[in-house]
Amino acid sequence: MSTTYGITIGSDGPALEVRDVNVHYGSKQAIDGVSLTVPKKKVVALIGPSGCGKSTLLRCFNRMNDLVPSARVDGLIEFRGHDLYAPDVDPVEVRRRIGMVFQKPNPFPKSIYENVAFGPKINGFRGDLDELVETSLRQAALWDEVSDRLGDSAYALSGGQQQRLCIARTLAVKPELVLMDEPASALDPIATQKIEELIYELKEQYTIVIVTHNMQQAARISDYTAFLYMGKLIEYGPTDTIFTNPREERTEAYVTGRFG
Amino acid sequence: MAPTERTDGSEDLGATGRDPVAPTVVSGLGFQRTKNVQERIIGGVLFSCAAISTLVTVGVVVVLLRESLIFFSNVPVWEFLTGTRWQPAFTPQRFGVLPLLAGSVMVAVGSAIIALPLGLMTAIFLSEYAGQRLRGILKPVLEILAGIPTVVYGYFALTFITPLLRQFVPETDVFNAAAASIVVGIMIIPTVSSLSEDALRAVPRALREGAYGLGATKLEVSTKVVVPAALSGVFASFILAVSRAIGETMAVTIAAGNLPNLTLNPLESIQTMTAYIVSVSLGDTPQGTVAYQTLFAVGMTLFIITLGMNILSQWVLSRFREEYQ
Repeated sequence: MSTTYGITIGSDGPALEVRDVNVHYGSKQAIDGVSLTVPKKKVVALIGPSGCGKSTLLRCFNRMNDLVPSARVDGLIEFRGHDLYAPDVDPVEVRRRIGMVFQKPNPFPKSIYENVAFGPKINGFRGDLDELVETSLRQAALWDEVSDRLGDSAYALSGGQQQRLCIARTLAVKPELVLMDEPASALDPIATQKIEELIYELKEQYTIVIVTHNMQQAARISDYTAFLYMGKLIEYGPTDTIFTNPREERTEAYVTGRFG
Repeated sequence: MAPTERTDGSEDLGATGRDPVAPTVVSGLGFQRTKNVQERIIGGVLFSCAAISTLVTVGVVVVLLRESLIFFSNVPVWEFLTGTRWQPAFTPQRFGVLPLLAGSVMVAVGSAIIALPLGLMTAIFLSEYAGQRLRGILKPVLEILAGIPTVVYGYFALTFITPLLRQFVPETDVFNAAAASIVVGIMIIPTVSSLSEDALRAVPRALREGAYGLGATKLEVSTKVVVPAALSGVFASFILAVSRAIGETMAVTIAAGNLPNLTLNPLESIQTMTAYIVSVSLGDTPQGTVAYQTLFAVGMTLFIITLGMNILSQWVLSRFREEYQ
C-alpha cells in the first residue's frame, strides 16, 4: 500500500501481519480496512487523535475485543504465520502468548509476589517460581525497589511502580509480543521516563506495539510509527520519517500539533 | 491549553450560578418568609419520622433490658447460659438456654451449608457468566424467593421435605431440624446471591482485563481475581444471611418442632429460640411469672447475637473496603 513504506522485515518473517481489518461495535465502524506489518523485536507506535481507533486496533491483536459482546472483527491478523481468528484458535492461548499492559496500572489486590506469579501459576508453570518472579521483576527494572518486601500489597507501590509491576506480570508468562495501551498516560514525568527506558531495553527480546497519545514519546521510543485517523491507517513508516518528513498532509498536521 | 479551559469552565459555572431564576421569583420579603416556614415544617416532619424509628428501637431495647433484668434477678446468668435443660413450664423449673441456642445454631449452620455455596455460585454466574438477557430473567425470579411468605416455607418443609427425608431415613421425626435448615437455606439464598453479586460486579473491569490479558480463563478470572477482590462484600452477605437464619421464626416453628432438645442429630425434633418465643407468646403462661419473663431473656440473647453479627459484618466491610483501587 502506498501509505506504508520503509518497513524492514527480517528473514524469519514479521511478528504480526494485519490485512484489511475492520472492527464494528454494533453498527458503528471503529476500524476501517487497516493493513500493517509489525517486524520482530521492534517497537511500533500507534498514534492518532482520541477516538481514532488505535486502542481498538491494539485490542484486536490479543483478541481482547472478544470480551466486548457487540464487537465484530473481520479481516486477517496473522501472528507468526498463524491466523489469530481461525475457528480452532483459543483466545486464552492467544492472550498468553501476546501480553498486554493497560492504560491505568491494574495490579491485582494481592502481594507483589502473587501479582507476578499469577500468570505462570494459571498457565501451569513448573519450575522455580521464585526465580521467575525475580527475573521478571528485574526485567521490569523493579527488583531493586521491592526485593525486600515482596509480600507487601501491590497497592503499597506508587503508580509508576505499579505499572512496572504490571509489566513484570506480563513478562512472567514469557509472551512473544507485548501490547501496551498508553502505559504511561496515568504517570508523572519521572515514572514515564522509567517506563520509556524500560521499553527501550525490552526491545532486545520482545516485539512491542504501543499506543500513545504523546507524540514525543512515540518519537523517542519507537522504530516505526503508524498514524491512524477516524479508523483508517493514514501513514505507516519509520518513526523519524513520520515525524520529520511525512508524506501525508494530515500526518504532518497532526505531528506538528495543528490538530488532535 | 489546560489553564484556559479551566477558566472557561469556571466562568460558565459562575454565570449560571449568578443569574438563577430565584431573584426574579422572590419579589418580596413576605414570600421569602413563607418559604422559610415551609422549609422548617418539612424539616420538622422529617426529623420526627427519623426520631420515631430511633425511639422505637431504644424503647424495644429498654423493655428487653428491664424485663430480662427481672428474670436474671430470679435466675442466675450462669445457670441460664450453661444449663443444659430448658423446662420453664414444669416443675422443677430449669432455665438452661443451651438447648434453644443449640437448636438455633443447628438451623443456622445447616442453612448456611446450603445457602452460602449455592448463593455464591449463583452470584458468580449472574455477574460473570450470564448474558444481559438471562440475568434480566434470573434476578427477578430469585428475588421472588425472598418474597414468599415464610409460613409457606414452613409448610413446604413439613409437607414436602420431611416426607422426602423420611423416604431415605424412616426414623426421621415429623418435626426435625434438617427440614427446617433446608427451607431456611433456600429462603436466604437471595440474600447471599444478590449482595454477593453486587460486590462482584463492583470489581473494576480493569482487574478482569488484566487477568484475561495473562491468558486466564473465565473460571480463573472469576475464582482467582474477582471473588478474592470482592471478598469483603461476599463475606458481609454471608454474615447477613446467617443472622437472618438465626432470626427466622415462622418456618422453623412449623418445621423444626417445639421440643427443647440438646442434640446434634438434625433428624430429631428441636426448638429454636425464636420458636420458643412464639410458643410462649401464644400459650397460656401467666404474665409476671418467671416462666413468662424467659421470653425477654431469650429475646435479649437473640438480639445480642444478631446485633453482634451485624456489627461483625459492618466491621468486615469497612476493614476490607479498600481491597482494590
